[in-house]
Amino acid sequence: MKFVDEFRAPELVAKAGEEIRRLADPKRHYRIMEVCGGHTHAIYRFGLKDLLPCNLELIHGPGCPVCVLPMGRIDDGLSLTENPNFIFAAFGDMMRVPGTRGSPLEYKARGRDVRIVYSPADALKLARNNPDMHVMFFAIGFETTAPSTALTLVRAKTEGLRNFSVFCNHVTIIPAIRAILDSPDMRLDGFVGPGHVSTVIGCRPYDWIAKDEGKPVVVSGFEPLDILQSIVMLLRQLRKGEAKVENQYKRAVPWEGNQAALRAMGEVFELRPYFEWRGLGFISQSALKIRASYQQWDAERRFPVPGVRVTDPKAAQCGEVLKGVLKPAQCKLFGRECTPEQPVGALMVSSEGSCAAYYNYEHRKPVTIASAAAL
Amino acid sequence: MCLAIPGQIVELDSRNSNLAVVDVVGVRRKVDLGLLQDEPPVPGDWVLIHVGFAMSKISQADAMDQMRTLIMLGETEAALQEVRGYGLENESPHQSGQEQKP
Repeated sequence: MKFVDEFRAPELVAKAGEEIRRLADPKRHYRIMEVCGGHTHAIYRFGLKDLLPCNLELIHGPGCPVCVLPMGRIDDGLSLTENPNFIFAAFGDMMRVPGTRGSPLEYKARGRDVRIVYSPADALKLARNNPDMHVMFFAIGFETTAPSTALTLVRAKTEGLRNFSVFCNHVTIIPAIRAILDSPDMRLDGFVGPGHVSTVIGCRPYDWIAKDEGKPVVVSGFEPLDILQSIVMLLRQLRKGEAKVENQYKRAVPWEGNQAALRAMGEVFELRPYFEWRGLGFISQSALKIRASYQQWDAERRFPVPGVRVTDPKAAQCGEVLKGVLKPAQCKLFGRECTPEQPVGALMVSSEGSCAAYYNYEHRKPVTIASAAAL
Repeated sequence: MCLAIPGQIVELDSRNSNLAVVDVVGVRRKVDLGLLQDEPPVPGDWVLIHVGFAMSKISQADAMDQMRTLIMLGETEAALQEVRGYGLENESPHQSGQEQKP
């Protein structure tokens, strides 16, 4: 396979922008939430807002796993590095996320054994190769990564590998969308649905958003054209007064999802009664815990965990930004105390966080595909 | 972490049926096929890979589209770094050597 170094169809991008402006009723104000942080990143990177009419507002959703993880969970996970012969393994995205006493990277600098892995299977390999150490995988992510953690635990159990555990922070997207829709200060007209989560869960779990809440959902790919086409599909529904679930990202998302992945999750995980989300508070049945049949591999059962709750730094307004109530630049710390180099909040750490995306692409204002297409 | 990386199945692992070698723009690594057990891929098939696990089978055209998406998003280096980082090569439970500490 060769790299292709050109943008796909800039003329189609411009046309989709025209179609959006044609479909948008100038007497209405549209608020559309893109659920997934990957979409947020793409929207800023390509300056897609420049192609949208000013009465169409994109609200950034909670779909950035690093961003919604409360600081107390990071502190809890890192506290276990005090155990002797202990390796803390996590994805690179986690490494610079601040806890109360520093990020995983800062713990590493202080001599704790903290490793970056690219796959939970790599953490399992670390455990195989270091039989005298305990390897804990600090698992984060939505349904995109949860099946991989699940299958890794199945492998650990099959092998009888005792020096491995998972500190499970996996969350599920549907209850977060429900919490946002239940929030009194949030009025939304429709959703650009997450692409890669939907490769696992399919499109049916969004049905209630259309049927019960009357809001259209379009599951979308990640190219500028995908996102703009999804907005066109949403506006067409809104214009006709319809609300249904549509799949714009058919090339990767089967309507029924990935059944083998869902089975793996069902085998290993069950729903927590409730879980705290940064910015959204406690949401019932919104996260996964490891079933009792896998308790030997559950770090939270195997080790005493302090279970700390930490409030975010006072001046930081991550919660309001996460809920879409504030834009990133409206936070008092944005671009001053809080930058991608010196992040105070998690939204400034992950490339999928709306603050980092806004800072890198809007604040610094490079030439974007949209502004190029508009020339 | 949420990148979906397109790769082509080169060969299945003869010692561990859960694993296969994939090629991602010339970088070859082993990935886990366990989440595709309902429609096991064969050499030549294209798959989307998340965190070391093949998550869905896709067409070649869709694989090209996905690679273009990564390029457009400026994520190719991150994707290749991730694939290079998968430590699954030459691994089976009984054959691993000692991990070098960094």
